[in-house]
Amino acid sequence: MSAARWTHVCALEDIYPDSGVCALIEGRQVALFRVADGIHAIGNHDPVSGANVLARGIVGDSEGEPVVASPLYKQHFSLVTGRCLEEPEHHVPVYLARISAGEVWVRAQPVSIRAATAVRRLVVIGNGVAAMRTLEELVSLAPRAYAITVFGAEPHAPYNRVLLSPLLAGDRSSEELVTHTTEWFAQHGITQHLGDPVESIDRVRRRVRAASGAEVPYDRLLIATGSRPRLPSVPGIDLPGVVAFRDLSDVEAMLAVARPGQPAVVIGGGLLGVEAAAALAQRGMAVTVVHAGEFLMNRQLDNHASALVRAELEGRGIGFRLAAQTESIEGDGRVSGVRLTGGARLAATLVVTATGVRPNIDLARAAGLRCDRGILVNDTLQTYDPAIYAVGECVQHRNSTYGVVAPLWDQARVCAAYLAERGVRRYGGSRVSAQLKVSGIQVFSAGDCSGGASRESLVMRDPKRGIYKHLVLEGGRIRGAVLYGDTADSGWYLDLINEGRDVGAMREQLLFGASPTVSGACG
Amino acid sequence: MTQAVRTTCPYCGVGCGVYAERRNGTVHVRGDPLHPANLGRLCSKGAALGETLGLAGRLLQPRVTGRDVDWDTALEAVADGFRRIIERHGPEAVAFYVSGQLLTEDYYIANKLMKGFIGSANIDTNSRLCMSSAVAAHKRAFGEDVVPVSFQDVESADLIVLVGSNTAWCHPVLYQRIVAARQRRPELRIVVIDPRRTPTCDIADLHLSLRAGTDVTLFNGLLNYLATHGKTNQPFVEQHTSGAARALLAAANTAGDVTAVARLCGLETGSLWRFYEWFGERERVVTLFSQGVNQSSSGTDKANSIINAHLLTGRIGALGMGPFSITGQPNAMGGREVGGLANMLAAHMEIERPEHRAIVRDFWGAPRLAQRPGRKAVDMFEAIHRREIKAVWIAATNPVVSLPNADRAREALQRCELVVVSDCVAQTDTTALAHVLLPAAAWGEKDGTVTNSDRHISRQRAFLPPPGQARPDWWIFCQVARRLGFDHGFDFNSAAQIFDEHARLSATANGGARAFDLEGLAGLDERSYETLEPVRWPVRDRRPVAAPLFADGRFHHPDGRARLVAVRPQRPRYALDQEYPLVLNTGRIRDQWHSMTRSGRAPRLASHLPEPFVDMHPADALSFGLGSGSLVRVATRWGRLVVRLRTSGEMARGSLFMPIHWSDSNASDARVGALVNPAVDTISGEPEFKFTPARVEPFVVSWYGFALTRGPLPLESFSWWARAEGGSFRHYEIAGRRVPGDWSAWARALLNAAQDADWIEYCDPSAVTYRAVHLHQDRIESCLFIGPRPQLPSRTWLADLFGKAHLEPAERRNLLTGRPPDPTADRGALVCACFGVGRNRIEAAIRQGCRDAGALGKQLQAGTNCGSCVPELRRMIESCGMPV
Repeated sequence: MSAARWTHVCALEDIYPDSGVCALIEGRQVALFRVADGIHAIGNHDPVSGANVLARGIVGDSEGEPVVASPLYKQHFSLVTGRCLEEPEHHVPVYLARISAGEVWVRAQPVSIRAATAVRRLVVIGNGVAAMRTLEELVSLAPRAYAITVFGAEPHAPYNRVLLSPLLAGDRSSEELVTHTTEWFAQHGITQHLGDPVESIDRVRRRVRAASGAEVPYDRLLIATGSRPRLPSVPGIDLPGVVAFRDLSDVEAMLAVARPGQPAVVIGGGLLGVEAAAALAQRGMAVTVVHAGEFLMNRQLDNHASALVRAELEGRGIGFRLAAQTESIEGDGRVSGVRLTGGARLAATLVVTATGVRPNIDLARAAGLRCDRGILVNDTLQTYDPAIYAVGECVQHRNSTYGVVAPLWDQARVCAAYLAERGVRRYGGSRVSAQLKVSGIQVFSAGDCSGGASRESLVMRDPKRGIYKHLVLEGGRIRGAVLYGDTADSGWYLDLINEGRDVGAMREQLLFGASPTVSGACG
Repeated sequence: MTQAVRTTCPYCGVGCGVYAERRNGTVHVRGDPLHPANLGRLCSKGAALGETLGLAGRLLQPRVTGRDVDWDTALEAVADGFRRIIERHGPEAVAFYVSGQLLTEDYYIANKLMKGFIGSANIDTNSRLCMSSAVAAHKRAFGEDVVPVSFQDVESADLIVLVGSNTAWCHPVLYQRIVAARQRRPELRIVVIDPRRTPTCDIADLHLSLRAGTDVTLFNGLLNYLATHGKTNQPFVEQHTSGAARALLAAANTAGDVTAVARLCGLETGSLWRFYEWFGERERVVTLFSQGVNQSSSGTDKANSIINAHLLTGRIGALGMGPFSITGQPNAMGGREVGGLANMLAAHMEIERPEHRAIVRDFWGAPRLAQRPGRKAVDMFEAIHRREIKAVWIAATNPVVSLPNADRAREALQRCELVVVSDCVAQTDTTALAHVLLPAAAWGEKDGTVTNSDRHISRQRAFLPPPGQARPDWWIFCQVARRLGFDHGFDFNSAAQIFDEHARLSATANGGARAFDLEGLAGLDERSYETLEPVRWPVRDRRPVAAPLFADGRFHHPDGRARLVAVRPQRPRYALDQEYPLVLNTGRIRDQWHSMTRSGRAPRLASHLPEPFVDMHPADALSFGLGSGSLVRVATRWGRLVVRLRTSGEMARGSLFMPIHWSDSNASDARVGALVNPAVDTISGEPEFKFTPARVEPFVVSWYGFALTRGPLPLESFSWWARAEGGSFRHYEIAGRRVPGDWSAWARALLNAAQDADWIEYCDPSAVTYRAVHLHQDRIESCLFIGPRPQLPSRTWLADLFGKAHLEPAERRNLLTGRPPDPTADRGALVCACFGVGRNRIEAAIRQGCRDAGALGKQLQAGTNCGSCVPELRRMIESCGMPV
């Protein structure tokens, strides 16, 4: 390890504000950029095009993070982390640069391969999508900056929980769900403990203890414990044959008893309950959904779209009891039925509960971390303990908790940057969308489709083609979208919602999609 | 194979010959290359005649007070009613109001019955609204109502002055002949004198956009210029005219200074000079004038001011020169020839002249020949309103739409004791008020003759059997005459017999005293009448007279001289004021005819301008706070209506133009006649259609929309609507003030769609936007588009879909956008009606390099048939501004 030297490059005023120059320093081309807050230095080599051009790119910022756009293919590279925003697999080296008495100095050694005297330790609790996504970001941003240990409570390799419904339906195999193999862990030098839930966190001594008795110290701790099913508090909930719908073992439990022709009851007609019901019906079971709300998926859909979903599922033989309360789950040693308030009884050899989830914060709370509904984090995903970060469904950010996958991507990106000590970007919350994963039904929902005095509804219906689209506007901006039958434009609407774009000028075309024949100017 | 029948087009006064041929149940119409009026050409309306012949909407059965009856009952009812009223109140208490749509033979019988047998001259015609000022001017100048110019003269002229005539749209075939003449002889100069920059100006070397109503000043200025610049034909004036001195004095007093004339007329002095110079320099000058001159409270003076200039220079009675009044109707001239106006007698004889009355009385054996002129159109309806006239028989016209102050005309008919209407159309604004409805034979079913603007008598021949109980008008009049006890004189069996009597009357005691002389056509047998070729009167010795009329300088005043009439400019009767600051002008549009009862049935004619509109200068629109395309209320002291605002660029500041064609049958509130002031020319009785003080104000609606439907649309829930025929569908433009709470339910009820119908909809209630399409087995049944502004998707692509048995999936997906999956599939608003070429295709061709109308014609056929869209094509090329 040669000690990096500071090299004098030029006077600050030799560089025009908001532009770059290239310097050859110890045989390396270094691109120097003068931006408002000073000087940044990254490698001049554009890894996408293979050309030494970055110094000539246009400087700007992305959500506060200074970036340069490659003059060739226009990818943006962060001047702070060196990462390519559009294609995260690419990154360029970052150099330390400083201004001293109006002169620019650069240290010739890239920051990211800086030698550390002692590798710091990161412990990750949880190996779900949020945890693994953050790790992916981290290892690409700062490979081997940490010695990482991951604890997973389930005995399986990390898998994509989102695909549990297709698995239950038989549309996917369990192998297809796996996201990270043992080889991946080995390749990145990450230690993983499967089937070994962490039981306690010792924040004073900065170490965690797992069920197996393993104790691992940490410099940084990432909590990604996800959420737990919220179970209806009714008698009989503990009977064998009553299953939640949360993880692989639940699916295995269901499949163990799912027999064609046998009656099943799904308690809860939300997104997950509908997916479970459709999947079990596809397995041949006679499914009835018991739902407390007036209509199915009332958190995601409007009345009309919900009716379309229901009609479609009724066509597949699924029965529905709406505005119905479960009184008790009955069975002698094993579930045999569900009794509803009012006395009706539904026979069942399998009962699936899908009545929502709550953040899994027991461990954090026991460790004395500040929690409300979830673990409280700031815009950098840091908890009240500066050494501890948290991501995913277990966190509560700006008073919101999330039960879907999209926010995890944003959280993981920000959190990983801070763990890599390259944090600039902040997490400002997510607007969520939902897509029902039932084969043959295209449903998409995003934002908030509830009505209100200042809310304006745009609706398109083509019942024969099975299409229904509903946008809710407020103040000239899209607040919510529900699509049934044709979800081709869902990404476009989601972008418009997330960007908060004023859509007044294209209002008449909005529901007819982003296709050029509609939005194109007429000659 | 059926034989093609040679007949004559029933539209304008050009009187084109056509071949009509029945093939596979439809009638194909093409131009007759041997007819002297058109030499094979046809305009968009004429070419679409075949589309207007369906029996939908025809009146096929006599009706008395709403009940279908047989002919006997109906005829008895008419005869009884007339007899009773005549007995009780005298012959002046009854009237006929007839039409330039009647054939000469029909006209002759109606005139004979009223003037010779009932004993009143209360027979007038819608020609009164059209060219009676020209008639009066001819009589004042020439001593007889004679048009001394032919279409050939127009082609042979060195200067053609078009005054108050949008020839390109109103007489398209004549216009095409002018265009062709100009191509042959580029030195031919053309001057258009019109407040509007009409499509006719396309070929003008000079357009004088004079201030409305200042024609007399302009032509007095011309007369003065000619006199003071040595252009007077002294020998001619001295030998063949009288009144020149007084006329010149009046001209010098009122228009002695060209600069002052230019100022009064709102023209540039230089342009006016140029016109005067051109007129002075060229010997062969034809001044063609039309409704812009005639329809004025001083229309007769205006026409005489034009004729004066020709008399002063002796430019009359020779090839390529003369004043040329061109008529609007197919048989206005025939009507004039039989005397079918209240101030005429018959065969160009005067009701006021005892010797003429004696000739006619003796010839007819008339028991009670009318002794004095009857009531002219406007006056006639006033008399009906005052209940002085208690029975009226209206034939082949729609006065509730076409008369000025038309609401009063409607009121008059509502107050009238007996209203008889003979027509071929069941539902018009006028038939709605009839006590007795008599089904008349229509074009293609009736036989007879018509006379066009240049005095050619042509045969209209039947090529279809009369449907239902329909009968020729002459037959109906004869039947009523006989039931009134006039057996003798009305026992005709054919049109030929009537024509023979008409011809004989014209020759009776004539001997050259009257130009109108059909001596050579008297005694035609049925066969000769059947094969009669177009012939130009006068016809003596079986041959048309070869020399031009007036070639010998002999006119028909008793002294044989023509008169120069001293005329003074008069202001229009009703002046503009603060409350009504704009001039309302009315007229025709290219593809429609009168009240659209015939032309409105042809889909391709309906699509050029499918709805009623008012045209105004864009700066005026701006200053009145009106947006182009929005609905506006046009109000005058006499009425108000609601139409779409256009800013075509044709209008001068301060003036409005509205087409005359729409009625209550095809629009909620667009009867222009209701707005027009009741002033008439004191001499001719012709109304002042071209100058009514008016104002325009916004007509605020909550939504604009359109609907295309195969079935009928209930119209109650609209604040405004207009309907056009699309062939397999109807096109409604609509607007409303009331916003339905539930658009979907409202629209389903409107379009009569069941709950389980295949129904696609788009709804944005906050933006007052709703669109729906009703399909049945992949075929489009109807569609409805509503929006808060007049700007809505194009109708043409959607309209084209009505011709498809099955929609493609891609078409279905795009339905609610109103745009085709392939953008070039929308041909755009119709421009060329003959070949159905739309704006989008023309624009595309221009972008691809077509730089003149000829190139467009080669590529798209546009403008190559009737040519009346050529001005529009040129404008599109200009406005595209493509560098050459």
